[in-house]
Amino acid sequence: MSRGDYSPRSGAAPVTRMLLAQTAMELRLTLRRGESLLLTVVIPVVLLAFFASVDLIETGAEDPLDFLVPGVLALAVMSTSMTGLAIATGFERSYGVLKRLGASPLPRAVLLAAKTLGVLVVEVIQGVLLCGVGLALGWRPSGGVSAVAAAGVLVLLGTTCFCGIGLLMAGTLRAEATLAAANGLYLILLLLGGVLFPLSRLPSPLRAVGEVLPTAALSDGLRAVLTSGDGLPAGPVAVLALWAVASLGVAAATFRWE
Amino acid sequence: MQHRTAAREGPAVEIVDLVIRYGDRAVVDGLCLEAGPGRVLTLLGPNGAGKTTTVESCEGFRTPTSGTVRVFGLDPRRDRRDLAPRVGVMLQAGGVYPGARPDEMLRLVAALHAYPLDVDALLTSLGLRDVARTSYRRLSGGQKQRLSLAMAVVGRPELVLLDEPTAGLDPQARLATWDLVRALRDDGVTVLLTTHAMAEAAELADDVVIIDHGRVVARGTPAELTQSGAAGSFRFTASPGLDLDAMTRALRPGLVAEEVRPGAYLVSGGADADALAAVTTWCAASGVRIVEISLERRTLEDVFLDLTGRDLRA
Repeated sequence: MSRGDYSPRSGAAPVTRMLLAQTAMELRLTLRRGESLLLTVVIPVVLLAFFASVDLIETGAEDPLDFLVPGVLALAVMSTSMTGLAIATGFERSYGVLKRLGASPLPRAVLLAAKTLGVLVVEVIQGVLLCGVGLALGWRPSGGVSAVAAAGVLVLLGTTCFCGIGLLMAGTLRAEATLAAANGLYLILLLLGGVLFPLSRLPSPLRAVGEVLPTAALSDGLRAVLTSGDGLPAGPVAVLALWAVASLGVAAATFRWE
Repeated sequence: MQHRTAAREGPAVEIVDLVIRYGDRAVVDGLCLEAGPGRVLTLLGPNGAGKTTTVESCEGFRTPTSGTVRVFGLDPRRDRRDLAPRVGVMLQAGGVYPGARPDEMLRLVAALHAYPLDVDALLTSLGLRDVARTSYRRLSGGQKQRLSLAMAVVGRPELVLLDEPTAGLDPQARLATWDLVRALRDDGVTVLLTTHAMAEAAELADDVVIIDHGRVVARGTPAELTQSGAAGSFRFTASPGLDLDAMTRALRPGLVAEEVRPGAYLVSGGADADALAAVTTWCAASGVRIVEISLERRTLEDVFLDLTGRDLRA
């Protein structure tokens, strides 16, 4: 066995190399986890295809796809940036991965940036897939490039606030509790988020709650730009921005790395 | 081996009067130690002695209640960004994504450093080549340990902090780990490692610090520790509670017999063949059966037991 040369030559890698390596790792691990793919890809696609072909719920829209595609896009964003991120980060914390990375040259800001990039790449994959399925089923969005840009802004805002909520859970709860809470919240926000049916079908107290939650803001916002061809809707943007600031702020203040 | 720059910079690790409390309990209680550059310092002690907490204070994971911890003269918490590239860390457990493979995990850590070692060579030298593409959660305990060790050294650090690097390893893997620690030292890397295995401390350490209840109970080189008080002494084992006053009267003046723990006796003060004969004669006359006589040097385990009366593996 040849003996290596271990003489010290220490130094941190350039930030871009660290960011790329960490992002690639985050992505590989996410795409390798079957349960995560079920949540982020399979469930949204199945929900879209199922509710588009079986006319179960009166959406009020002329074409149910006009209602469903933006709703399922919002669900997909939530599943990746909140549920998926919370569960993965919670277990990384409990397995000591965050602690070990804390002793490496990787700055925390770069770790968070890598996680964000990982989430955004998965969302692009989800978006392409869901829009593809929607278009194949006959979805005809309105608006042009400006609608896509507005949708992008909404998705970024939504991602920020869901990341905040996810990291808040992952940074304070035990990994098992994070798993339960992230899935529970996913279900609640799915039902109260105007994803598969309009909030107007809910009793008024529930509807009032739903209207101030980020999922409804994102799905309604996406509907406004993709279906009605409106510009950026002020209401949903305000709700999302408030949630983003609040959730990220609390998450940053309470996050425990080990 | 041109890289002994650290040797001019004073100690790699310097801990002065460190106290770390959790609530009322002082896990580290006034500990002082110094790891000289390019040396292997072994922190030896039973479980719960405060070894991990001490090492983690050097990694910046623990905040001293009082006292100071300096690594290369820097504060591990405040100067984390400066120290992280220079210090390789092996946690006692975990630290790896369960779904990651050893090669990709090691490549990730390598990518965080400016001048990393060759990942494939490192995997090979630690016997991880065959499992390089097996997910971490399916590795054996020993394979996980070796990956963790590889992660500590891949960035070509000046100091490595190894928390129980050989716990749960089979003999072959332990030897491979020892070889690596020696190679690091020979190349000028400072090593601070914890263990509760005597043989490991005796085998590897330039300096040993024995701690118990968060305090240093002895320090020195392995030779110093095992020889101190050993000149002209021997040990024997018999039934506990012998009448040592009577035995001492039967011995040449100057010789002292003591029961260092129940049934374990130490005769010192210039013990030689005559003294040995006198003791065995006295025992035979008193109807005491001697189970074992040892003329060997003390082991580190003897040192520890004499100092604390506690079983190291407790």
